[in-house]
Amino acid sequence: MAIAPLVLDAGAVDRLTTLFIYGILALMWNALAGYAGLVSVGHQAFFGLGAYAAVRIADAGVSPYPALFLAATAVALLSMPISAFMLRLRGGEFAIGMWVIAALSHLLVNLDTLIQGETGTSLISLQNYAADERRLANYLFALGTMIGLAWLVFFMLRSKTGSALQAIRDNEEAAASVGVQVMKTKRLIFVLSAFGCAAAGALWLATSVTFQPKTYFSVQWTAYMLFMVLVGGIGTYEGPILGAVLFFTIETMFGGTGVIYLIGLGVVAVLFALFFPRGIWGSIDKKFGWQLLPVGFRLKTNRKDQRA
Amino acid sequence: MIWINQLSQGILLGSYYALLACGLSFMFGVMRIINLAHGSLAVAAAYGVWVLADRFEIHPFMGLMLAVPVMGLVGWALHYFVLERSAKAGELVPILATFGLAVVMDNSMFSIFGADTRSLANYIDTLAYDGIDLGPVTLGHLSLLTFVVSVGLLGSLHLMLKHTALGRRIRAVADDPASAELSGVNAKNANAIAAAIAMMTVAVAGVFLAMRATVDPYAGPPQLIFAFEAVMIGGAGSLWGTLLGGIALGVAQSLGAQMHTQGFLIAGHVLFLVVLLARMMLAGSSLKQFYKKSK
Repeated sequence: MAIAPLVLDAGAVDRLTTLFIYGILALMWNALAGYAGLVSVGHQAFFGLGAYAAVRIADAGVSPYPALFLAATAVALLSMPISAFMLRLRGGEFAIGMWVIAALSHLLVNLDTLIQGETGTSLISLQNYAADERRLANYLFALGTMIGLAWLVFFMLRSKTGSALQAIRDNEEAAASVGVQVMKTKRLIFVLSAFGCAAAGALWLATSVTFQPKTYFSVQWTAYMLFMVLVGGIGTYEGPILGAVLFFTIETMFGGTGVIYLIGLGVVAVLFALFFPRGIWGSIDKKFGWQLLPVGFRLKTNRKDQRA
Repeated sequence: MIWINQLSQGILLGSYYALLACGLSFMFGVMRIINLAHGSLAVAAAYGVWVLADRFEIHPFMGLMLAVPVMGLVGWALHYFVLERSAKAGELVPILATFGLAVVMDNSMFSIFGADTRSLANYIDTLAYDGIDLGPVTLGHLSLLTFVVSVGLLGSLHLMLKHTALGRRIRAVADDPASAELSGVNAKNANAIAAAIAMMTVAVAGVFLAMRATVDPYAGPPQLIFAFEAVMIGGAGSLWGTLLGGIALGVAQSLGAQMHTQGFLIAGHVLFLVVLLARMMLAGSSLKQFYKKSK
């Protein structure tokens, strides 16, 4: 995939970069909701803060691409104190609590005079690069970040942390009683998801150049993440990737229809929640036992078809 | 003097938040479900009453009389088709389903009514701007009415839960649905009634919102956040707590607005976080432990 830009035209490369950013968002939201049982409707906070931090750091004289990485790291650090508040909340409380964080971040970013309120600003130093160079860099950075995060999640799930996470999701008290460090594990995944979403926000800024707080802190990002993960298959490793590809295809076909498209996304999400809560990949996995990447541990017994 | 005015306006504004939050608090207390479409449903009720006033010249108070039973039916349907069904798939699924519902409702209202803001203030004669002059403070008739309705509604819900057979059934199901079923209570029914009652209060809140201010198709989510903050500040699951929480939120916003032009919303969100922090510290952990310990 890294050599794709050599054969594709500029528009297609830009579209693929968008797909990778969606992939990052889906992966991160699924890690939090599907594996740690934390449904957030405020992850646009980290998306927006990632882009904002990139603008700020670039303004301080750092060249734009290192600034993207530094921005994601800075937001990950900021997410630690936020996690101290938010991880005390359960279920729906956590979901809306994160929404409050997103609303507050948006308001505070608007106070920064560099941003000029809702007018926004641009990552001007990107103009130092030629358009083609920039396109290629964005593509490679987005692809690299997505693959890096996917591997990170994969190894995390294969490690002790993965078993701990799934124990927490299934029953927090029981997990704690057998010695799982509930808070530490949850915080790890929360900070990872903050880092990933911030990187996605910073990359989005690198592709669109302008930063308007309203766009970046919009709850639509969460709607997209929820759609991708729910339709693909929440709590499966392959699901969010499948969801991102599906969402990307739907957006390419119907994105121009505006509000009708958003209604359609919502209707599909509600129908999946009501009738196929496992999502597409979850249903396939249940029926055929397919897993492309073995992230779970499976107990094998002698009797055929008996899965644990 | 300006501070006394801000304080009293904040208390009256807070009573609106309590009115808005009472349905959310009620559903959370009874069914342990937070309905993410709460704000959007309030705005939808407001649009419904606005259509009655604008097209059919029905006074908003008469419109409200119609909206309350309709929203009760909506609550009933919401429970049977969305909440009950999704709760079976896991405790997180109702959050996903109601969030999706909010997205559908907000964008549908946008496609029907467009981006213009609407208000019921034009249809209630002088109630929108009349007030009582008390020296430095002027109390609006509408704000006072909101206060009375809010306290009355929370009070009657409280009495209903405490002293009626229906209230006992709802409380029994809230405590332990399985045992309640064993002693002959239909848990599904009790929850559906609770959802219907919650939506009736949402109709009232929506209409008061549109009388005191304007609504637009995307006004729902911010209202959900205010309602949620009122519930959390007051302590989840207690109706009187919700009244106090709403008033604390209104006062914080009102004082915040006096301090800084952007302070209105920021002060409310900050109060919410401060209350969360204070509650952890009162639970017996220092700031350091608060960060380190799991519970």
